[in-house]
Amino acid sequence: MNIAYYPGCSAHGSSLDYELSTQACCKALGITLNEISGWNCCGSTPAHATSHELSAALCGRNLDLAAKQGADLVVTPCPSCLSNLKAAKERLDDVDFRHKVNALLDAPLSQTLPESTSVMQAMAESVPLDVLAGKVTKSLAGLKLVAYYGCLMSRPRERMKFEDPENPMLMERMLEACGAEMLDFPLKTACCGAAFGIPNRKLTQQNSGRILNLAHDLQADAIVVACPLCQMNLDLRQGQAERGLNKVLNLPILYYTQFIGLALGLEPKDLGLKKLIVSPNNLLAKWAQAKN
Amino acid sequence: MRIGVFICHCGSNIGGTVDCAEVAKRAATFPDVVYATDPMYTCAEPGQAAIEAAIHEYALDGVVVASCSPRMHEPTFRRTVERAGLNPFMFEMANIREHVSWIGKDVEPNTNKATELVAMAVEKLRRNQPLFAQEFPVIKKVLIIGGGVAGIQAALDCADGGLPVILVEREATIGGKMAKLDKTFPTIDCSACILGPKMVDCAQHPNITLYAKSEIEDIGGYVGNFQVKIKKKATYVDWHKCTGCGTCLEKCPSKDVPDRFNEGVAKTRAITIAFPQAIPKKAVINADYCRQITKGKCGVCAKVCPTKAINYEMKDEVVTEEVGAIVAATGYDLVDWHVYQEYGGGKYPDVITSLAYERLMNASGPTGGHILRPSDGREPKNIVFVQCVGSRDRSIGRPGCSGFCCMYTAKQAILTKDHIPDSKSYVFYMDIRATGKLYDEFTRRAVEEYGTEYIRGRVSQIYPDGLGHLVVMGMDTLLGQPVEIKADLVVLAVGIEASAGAKELAEKLRISYDHAGFFMESHVKLKPVETNTAGVFVAGVCQGTKDIPASVAQGSACAAKVLGLLSRDTLSSNPQIARVNNMRCVVCGKCVRTCPFGAIKSVEERGRTQIRVIETMCQGCGLCTSTCPQGAIQLAHATDNQILAEVNALCQI
Repeated sequence: MNIAYYPGCSAHGSSLDYELSTQACCKALGITLNEISGWNCCGSTPAHATSHELSAALCGRNLDLAAKQGADLVVTPCPSCLSNLKAAKERLDDVDFRHKVNALLDAPLSQTLPESTSVMQAMAESVPLDVLAGKVTKSLAGLKLVAYYGCLMSRPRERMKFEDPENPMLMERMLEACGAEMLDFPLKTACCGAAFGIPNRKLTQQNSGRILNLAHDLQADAIVVACPLCQMNLDLRQGQAERGLNKVLNLPILYYTQFIGLALGLEPKDLGLKKLIVSPNNLLAKWAQAKN
Repeated sequence: MRIGVFICHCGSNIGGTVDCAEVAKRAATFPDVVYATDPMYTCAEPGQAAIEAAIHEYALDGVVVASCSPRMHEPTFRRTVERAGLNPFMFEMANIREHVSWIGKDVEPNTNKATELVAMAVEKLRRNQPLFAQEFPVIKKVLIIGGGVAGIQAALDCADGGLPVILVEREATIGGKMAKLDKTFPTIDCSACILGPKMVDCAQHPNITLYAKSEIEDIGGYVGNFQVKIKKKATYVDWHKCTGCGTCLEKCPSKDVPDRFNEGVAKTRAITIAFPQAIPKKAVINADYCRQITKGKCGVCAKVCPTKAINYEMKDEVVTEEVGAIVAATGYDLVDWHVYQEYGGGKYPDVITSLAYERLMNASGPTGGHILRPSDGREPKNIVFVQCVGSRDRSIGRPGCSGFCCMYTAKQAILTKDHIPDSKSYVFYMDIRATGKLYDEFTRRAVEEYGTEYIRGRVSQIYPDGLGHLVVMGMDTLLGQPVEIKADLVVLAVGIEASAGAKELAEKLRISYDHAGFFMESHVKLKPVETNTAGVFVAGVCQGTKDIPASVAQGSACAAKVLGLLSRDTLSSNPQIARVNNMRCVVCGKCVRTCPFGAIKSVEERGRTQIRVIETMCQGCGLCTSTCPQGAIQLAHATDNQILAEVNALCQI
């Protein structure tokens, strides 16, 4: 299968570690990612909040490029990009809508555009859990983790097709295959506050604080995430949340690809662990201790 | 033939959008029509008198009335023509109200369509034959399925009326959901205290035969003559010998058995009596957990039983009863709320259903009437009630209101304050639906006198905070802001659906059911306890949501219907049934195999095989007539010739 890879803007900026670890894991698991040549920003929230046609034009162009390089499937690590790519493809089925989108573009879109899915789902699809477990060289045993999917990964149900929208379990299954103990995390699909960190900091402080606080009270060693913006709110803004809660948390926030990479025996530097704001050193020390 | 046609105005119902006089004028030109008129209200007494007068004056031998649906007034007009000396089947009805005037506003096309329907009716009537009903004897005994409060009421009223009653209950005790309740709204009287005497009456009434722990296996026959197979499930206890002493319950070593009666908030033994006031008060062994039955080792109950009632070898037994009428009163079950992952999907022990909460409040419940959290046995101080869980939620395909949850939630909030005076109750609600007698006053009391905090909005998530509390997140839509409450216990007012197995029972009873499995009544307003199968009635929540008073009222209504039906010694058969023309029949037997009611038999007669329709069993569905390759089997009053004549009339007018 020809898998086209759409990194999304944050992969080249705020979530470089997600990008590094995604690439490293896929390579280690034998999944070839063909980055879409000449891709552009999906438009994120500003585009679809302005106009559906604009958002679909930006996403449609990416899907079109993927189609032209012979892709059967487009994968992206970012749930927000994925949501936009999927929404664009859905809406482009409507002839009038497609007409308006084409008017915004230099060249009309290909009639057939590829489906898109998350890197996580593609990874689980091509590497069954028992195979993944077989590739683990440094088990995550001894670590108690909670999986946090964010609000967008599984919603809306019909579009994202990602397990039960209120209680997805895929990350738990993958990390359990890597040896970690996964705690039940009721807030796994709650909103972190998303882009409100800028216009309404208090809201993000409150939402992210609630998630961090519960993970702390459940005595998790770290939170595992799959979304660049969630990671930023929980990690970069953890100090803000701590001030709101009046409590020290010091909870490392790692991408699932960073944990899987560690389990596969990849080096921390190749997984971008240095990029994390809340230091994972205590976590890694605990892990090292558990291994002995 | 001399036909009279009456085009009813139905006030402005039809007259408003159909030119009735014009339809009558056109009808007068149809073949055999000698008289046509357009009365204002044909079904009213003067209207019917006018039909009778016209029959005499114009020597009519057939009548067409164009008015409402035949489901409304066909029986009325058949009686009218019969009074004037005609055979009741020399009458036809054209539906120009539901099929014409109510669905279109343009007078001209409406008038044309009404004319066409009248033309069809006239052509059919020209081919009608007088039909004659047969009388057949009825069995004066009634079967009541379900021993909840509706079934109990129906059973007692029928039995008091002198009718032998067979009462079949699936569980080991009668009492249904009401037996599980603590107190009842709006009067806070004890449920067991008001239901208990009725349950005892059922057990003691000489006219009532009770089959508990039994299910309906099969139902055959027809109104007045049903044959019912009842499967008595193996209880492994000889109930003739069991005295209900309870010694076996104390000694049974299998202690970790889920307690259905206590809605999962307690464990029971492998041998149980559901509750102290159970009727019949007899022990039952749960074969899935009994060590003697599963492992062949134990036998403790058999050793301690003073009357030697234990029988591990007992098998299911099928008994057959013959009855004249059947009342279905099978009640409801709670919707499977575990689909709500945002409420934990059943993971959190302190998120319970309101029915489980009833058991926690009930003095005969597992906690002796003390409200204690299932997780740690602590007394909760902050209790959150969430209404409409599995009701009014299109996302899980349950758009309807469950009806009584607003009231019992208010009741539970009041009782919680009585049990734990320093507690605080919160109720998340969508709307408060308190329409019954003294109901609104009751919910006001919960707010004003008991300090219950009502929050209008839905709960988005419930989760444990890791420190022993539950966090309830929701929206206060009146303040327009999110709310978060730290709770010790969360009680979900879970919506209702028809009880498990209701659809299968409906098929055995040959009655219809709706999308949620509730049984369909014959007419939503005017025949609320009848069904479309003669002799089968429905009472209580199996037909749709109802509180206790309404269920009791329906139980009594069913009893009145049954007593009326079975007060007659004979019933008339419906002559609109299949008839075989032996001259054309080639005895291929297709009709015998097709008939869903087993009403067609092949019989040996004078050395020849012949096809015979059993008149009392035929329901007139017409499946056989469309199957017969010879056109030899015809439905009286809807023959192929009559249907073709109608089609011709429609195409040629």
